[in-house]
Amino acid sequence: MKGAVERVLRPEEIPQACDDLMKAGARLQMTYAWFPEPGQSVEVAYLAVTAPHEPFLFLRCSLPADSPHLQSLAPQIPLLGWYEREIQELCGVIFDGHPEPRPLVLHEGAHPSMPPLDPRYQPDEMMPFTSEPWDRPPVEGDDVQTLPFGPVRADVLESAQIFFYYIGEAILHCHPRLFFKHRGMEKRFEGTSPSLGVVLAERISGVDSIAHSLAYCQAIEAACGCEIPERARYLRTVLAELERLYNHLHYFGHLCHTTTLKVGEAQGKLLAEQSKQINGMLTGNRFLRGILKPGGLRRDLDLSTLPEMLNRLQPEITTYLRSMEETNSHLDRLITTGHLPLQTAYDQGATGPVKRASGIGRDLRGDHPYAAYDRLTMNIPVRTEGDAHARVQIRMEEIHESLSLIARAAKDIPEGPVSSEISYVSGGEGLGWCEGARGSTYYCVHLDDAGLLARVKIKSPSFSNWRVFPLTVHDTNMMDYAINEASFGLTMAGCDR
Amino acid sequence: MPVWTLYGIRRGIATTSWPKKDGAVAQPEVLGLPRYHADRCRDNCRACADVCLPGALSFESCQTGERLALDYGKCIGCQLCTEACPNDALTKSNDWAFGVRNRDDLIWAEALKSPPAEEVTRKIQKYFGRSLHIRHVDAGSCNGCESELQALNNPYYNLHRLGIFFTPSPRFADLLLVTGPVTYAMQGPLRETYNAMPEPRWVMAMGTCAVSGGASGGGYSCGHGVEEFLPVDIYVPGCPPNPAAMIHALLLLLNRASQHVQGGQVAH
Ligand code: SF4
Ligand code: SF4
Repeated sequence: MKGAVERVLRPEEIPQACDDLMKAGARLQMTYAWFPEPGQSVEVAYLAVTAPHEPFLFLRCSLPADSPHLQSLAPQIPLLGWYEREIQELCGVIFDGHPEPRPLVLHEGAHPSMPPLDPRYQPDEMMPFTSEPWDRPPVEGDDVQTLPFGPVRADVLESAQIFFYYIGEAILHCHPRLFFKHRGMEKRFEGTSPSLGVVLAERISGVDSIAHSLAYCQAIEAACGCEIPERARYLRTVLAELERLYNHLHYFGHLCHTTTLKVGEAQGKLLAEQSKQINGMLTGNRFLRGILKPGGLRRDLDLSTLPEMLNRLQPEITTYLRSMEETNSHLDRLITTGHLPLQTAYDQGATGPVKRASGIGRDLRGDHPYAAYDRLTMNIPVRTEGDAHARVQIRMEEIHESLSLIARAAKDIPEGPVSSEISYVSGGEGLGWCEGARGSTYYCVHLDDAGLLARVKIKSPSFSNWRVFPLTVHDTNMMDYAINEASFGLTMAGCDR
Repeated sequence: MPVWTLYGIRRGIATTSWPKKDGAVAQPEVLGLPRYHADRCRDNCRACADVCLPGALSFESCQTGERLALDYGKCIGCQLCTEACPNDALTKSNDWAFGVRNRDDLIWAEALKSPPAEEVTRKIQKYFGRSLHIRHVDAGSCNGCESELQALNNPYYNLHRLGIFFTPSPRFADLLLVTGPVTYAMQGPLRETYNAMPEPRWVMAMGTCAVSGGASGGGYSCGHGVEEFLPVDIYVPGCPPNPAAMIHALLLLLNRASQHVQGGQVAH
């Protein structure tokens, strides 16, 4: 696996190796499985971050295809819990001793003829489905009421079901049912040429098109040993920050909607619209799609008018953010709401602004720089309060930081070509990563003998943060729910894939 | 709250006057779906079809051998074909108003057919006059389509001014607006929402995913668009359609705008 230091282990060595890593201060990021030799073996891989500027660690072990078992690590490393369940359902590996042995990604009633990520599963074979009851926690006590909310929710929202167990206004337990939107996107990459794969990566989570396509392209470039030109590095940085900008602005518009600050809502959404229009003027696409490719960019971009357009927006943004911080009725709804303690954030896998609001000052842009981030200095805002207000303040500072990064990148950008030749290496494997608006995004790609995509694993920030979010809802009240959810800034499409 | 009242007044009106004549549609620079110039396609080289991930471009046999078939209902506007074609038979364009009443109108045809049928719209005008209530269902989108749907209510597009509203309850909805290819898990909720709507009711497939499956259709988990499950009245390809295209399609349903695309060709 290019882009990481690799260790091949026997299955029984995995628990000890992960334990040692944890003791040494490393944090596991994800685990996934794939089929190097379909019908023969299945391989399970673990990705870990040790320290800033230190290489990623990639542990891999091979299991026999007829009875693939591994010991579950979720009891010690809770953030792996969802990944293990996903592997169980999509790749057929059994994790012994899993603390939550219920279906996650594939709903009750979905019966694929074999694990769908097995390459022998036909790409166009729809799995049979009969609706079966959802296996959710039972409830005792006469006073406890239950309320299902969704999957079709109010306004224009992505589909998800939130199940509340509550007494009066007080929420005892919040149990989301997600993955209504599971599209099987990782399977879709199978057999595709790496140059077309980017089109799929852009459509994992539309509002994170750059985060996903950038991590994807970098993974392919790592696998094929391709160095992109300097100008492409700067342009990619500009695009990634433009994506953060419109996402964070929209975040504030939506947050104000939940705190019923009407003018704040309108202004946030207007600024997001203006930011998207700038994307459109610069690249021809409001979501910055159709511009990245493995090896660099599909075409050069003219940055000459960008600083001026952003300079016009900047004072409006500054006034807007300051006004929200001066509005007590708005702040009252945020301060102490949805508290996420540092240890929970760490253990359960929180990422992005959510993690940085709970005291974990990690950011892939600074810690493991890609594109041109090592050529540009930047501040990584951190808060320790861990409440909705802290999550908000992190994003406010990140908006200022993004504007400053874009301005400096546009000034320093060298002339030159924007793409390098790339030839797809047969059997190539690569890791790519990106700190998107919502947090760390990883792609692991495996190419087959013909240089086509054999397996693409996507670790998306919303998958991580959806696991964490319900823990901040238990023992709170109904009034705060929507505000708390908005303060996390989650997407469903990224989580469900 | 006086700070915010003042703020709003100072900020003034931000809304475009489009679709009135002099209004800006906002995005002349934004690329739409590619334009096809049949006379320039020479060698049947297939360079375009080879890069078309969702299969919008294919080759079909005809009297003179083979010819290129283009289905805008499958096009995700990735622009790869415009870069691949050696003869400029497919070119970048700003064409965006692709809302149509008949799915066939998204498929490129040599000769233009008769003008699209208008009965539906006459009926709809009778029922709704000038207002419309929409229930949106996300049946497995990438959220790009939701992002643009949410933009319809921002101060720039301000959909309310056209008498069109999103409603939380299907019981009050006239139009079911669906995004996404329809995943197996959303089939049930989609049908239930439709069944809860009073008649007469209309269905709009918003975005290429909802029209045909787009980049995500098929596979172990997805259908190929809304049509497999519900009768569709308006199809709107685009990945995502820009907010103006969405408004155009809503006005088309209300017979307050005319269809721009017929036989896969844009009227200019
Ligand atoms: S722009 Fe449309 S027709 Fe052209 S390659 Fe992309 S999806 Fe296919
Ligand atoms: S049509 Fe495109 S933008 Fe809309 S949901 Fe599908 S992939 Fe996303």
